[in-house]
Amino acid sequence: MEPNYLEYKGKYKGIFAWIFSTDHKRIGLLYLYAVGAFFCVGALLGLLMKLELIAPDKTIMEAQVYNSVFTLHGITMIFLVVIPGLPAVFGNFLLPIMIGAKDVAFPKLNLLSWWVYVFGALLALSSQFMGSGPPDTGWTFYAPYSFQTQSNVLPAVMGAFVLGFSSILTGLNFIVTMHRMRAPGMGWFRMPLFPWTLYATAWIQLLATPIVGITLLMIVAERTLGIGFFDPAKGGDPILYQHLFWIYSHPAVYIMILPAMGAISEILPTFSKKPIFGYKALVFSSLAIALVGYFVWGHHMFTAGMSGTALYAFSFLTFLVAIPSAIKVFNWVSTLYKASIDMQTPFYWATSFIFVFMIGGFSGLVLGALATNVHVHDTAFVVAHFHFIVFGGVGYAFFGAIHYWFPKIWGRMYDVKWANFGWLTFFIGYLALYGPMFYLGLVGMPRRYFDYLPEYHGPNILSSLGAIVMIGGLAIIITNLIISSRRGETAKANPWGGSTLEWTVPSPPPLENFEEIPVVDKNPYEYK
Amino acid sequence: MSQDEHKHVVSYKTYTIILINLLILTAISVAVTEIELGPLTVFMAVFLASVKSALVLIYFMHLKFDNAMYKIMVGLVLVVFVIVMVITFLDYNFR
Amino acid sequence: MEQHSGHALVHRDDEASKIGMWLFIFTELLLFGGLFVVYAVYRHLNPVAFHLAAEELDVTVGTINTVILLVSSMTIAMATSSIKLGNKRLTLLLLSITMILAIIFMVNKYFEWGGKISHGIYPNSQTLLDLSQGDVLFFGLYYAMTGLHALHIIVGLVIIAVMFFKVWNGSINNDYNVQLENSGLYWHLVDLIWIFLFPLFYLIT
Repeated sequence: MEPNYLEYKGKYKGIFAWIFSTDHKRIGLLYLYAVGAFFCVGALLGLLMKLELIAPDKTIMEAQVYNSVFTLHGITMIFLVVIPGLPAVFGNFLLPIMIGAKDVAFPKLNLLSWWVYVFGALLALSSQFMGSGPPDTGWTFYAPYSFQTQSNVLPAVMGAFVLGFSSILTGLNFIVTMHRMRAPGMGWFRMPLFPWTLYATAWIQLLATPIVGITLLMIVAERTLGIGFFDPAKGGDPILYQHLFWIYSHPAVYIMILPAMGAISEILPTFSKKPIFGYKALVFSSLAIALVGYFVWGHHMFTAGMSGTALYAFSFLTFLVAIPSAIKVFNWVSTLYKASIDMQTPFYWATSFIFVFMIGGFSGLVLGALATNVHVHDTAFVVAHFHFIVFGGVGYAFFGAIHYWFPKIWGRMYDVKWANFGWLTFFIGYLALYGPMFYLGLVGMPRRYFDYLPEYHGPNILSSLGAIVMIGGLAIIITNLIISSRRGETAKANPWGGSTLEWTVPSPPPLENFEEIPVVDKNPYEYK
Repeated sequence: MSQDEHKHVVSYKTYTIILINLLILTAISVAVTEIELGPLTVFMAVFLASVKSALVLIYFMHLKFDNAMYKIMVGLVLVVFVIVMVITFLDYNFR
Repeated sequence: MEQHSGHALVHRDDEASKIGMWLFIFTELLLFGGLFVVYAVYRHLNPVAFHLAAEELDVTVGTINTVILLVSSMTIAMATSSIKLGNKRLTLLLLSITMILAIIFMVNKYFEWGGKISHGIYPNSQTLLDLSQGDVLFFGLYYAMTGLHALHIIVGLVIIAVMFFKVWNGSINNDYNVQLENSGLYWHLVDLIWIFLFPLFYLIT
């Protein structure tokens, strides 16, 4: 039998056998380690902010430091963690196996996109250590401040631009892979739902990322050449920058959340032992989210000074995009109905995902409605909302996914008790951290300040304590996974009784996944 | 693998005819600027450019001879871009 | 075509390469698309200034460059036909013509930009800032859009040079020529962008 992908000896030795490997599984793990490391950095920065906010006035850092910390937290978490998170890690590892292929369509390009990712990440982070102080613009680089501030914005902007390339290349690779390399018999509507969401995501990556690319280049031109596109003194319009920035950055939210939804759609049927409810509805809702999600960017700018007509249009479109999201939630819940549920760690993550995702979604409607938006815009309410969607969505799905596919990836099983305990700690800490911020936002506490009025003190203490508990939960989860990946019990090929193709190959998968390309003669979710 | 699809060879004559058409359209679009069309000037220029780019896409870039998937993708991308433009102008046109 | 560092996976799929190229072209279109949005907005906000500033550009140079790019698009399209017919010499000739045309385009562009710069019109120059805000934006866009386009011409030129070499040494031939076809697609994209840049900067006066 072929050696598995972890043990295979190629022409390179040691670490080079990984960083020069074109095997999609190794590249997936390379992304996992990089994303995991950046996630820990971002989470610690988040913890520092919460510690600063545990009491009014200066607690542990100055205002300027706080500004830099939230900027770096945003850049790290958005560009380095959640955008590549599920597609680049689990997409790379699983997409070819789930559609019955030996690799992605362009393996070399795949390796290149990881290198581009690393280069972009280093460029973005270098802004912290050279030049005139770390950037303090927030991750959005809003004009005109982004070209007026003395801080070192340029490398951060260029880093984000380079990271965009990596994202585009991954998306391109996945689309071609799905068009050309599905196993015989696997029609489009026999493809599992995780690949489907990757397909929708890849289109957004392709069509939205170039817009932010050119926008960031315009910021570079603004800072270096003074070209004047966003400079009101030269006739430019800063609101146009916001338009262009959000034309990408709103769809970017769907780059993050769609694969998360896909992972949940894989986990739920496996532990319900029941075909997923409304397969086609889930497919089309993914495509609908990708399409409509492209046209809702203006809801980030309701108070920026757009025309009334644009406000109505964006508000309407925002409500429209809630429909396919709700379809998904209904289908997940219906999948659970009358199922013989197997309560395992991934299942806890998946159901708590639905819970936090709904809170995030409903608070999104509050923000999508024009009248209430004006009240809570730029308050802690917004911060709570997007953490419930982005962290609650991507984070929970990511941990669900890693606990679900862990035995496949490492061929070992994690300690279930510690995993469940970690989940519970994380979940409690998470709710205590972000829950109070909804209240704080409603009563008027603005975001992005290192200080606040004394009347906001109580909920802030709860929030900061929640942060500490949550980081504790994270530590348990990550430690458990790292130890188990080395010393866990050997896992079977199909420990959960899943029905998609990745469970038909040994754990860990052999180098070329399948000895023979499988012929698919059934739908993805059929349980005996 | 169906390598045969790629064997479709477009004749030199077709390419020459398309080029002549493109050059005529260029001449027209330059000539049109001499005529005062008022608000229609921009419309006319963009319209002629669209016709020219359609010729390039269909013949030079072989869309006519490719399978439907390419046509759908190109159409989709253009539609997305047009909608983005329209939505942006829902702001600027009504400010 | 694709070699795994771990294992040799002989896997040739021309159709996949072509889909990949088209997807890449879409990203390029939207890259310029962002600039076209900026152009449209600022033209809408400064109609008179854009109108007058456009008259500063030389229609003759613009037209010549348009003709050059259209002809070069045809020659590279013909090259993709001739390689499939196995006519190596004609393919090399057509690719050379394409490259020469691209170089002439760049030379024209050089003199055009040079002329403007010698008149003191370039981003953030005092002469430009003394003009109206519409002029600042028009010339800013002029440099940004034609500059990005010129960058694509240079990249295209390098790609075609590589193709020329590959045809010459026979690694692109009448059986395997998807790389040349994809390079052709890229060159047509460059043409496509120019088809819109030309009227928007030189003609709408």
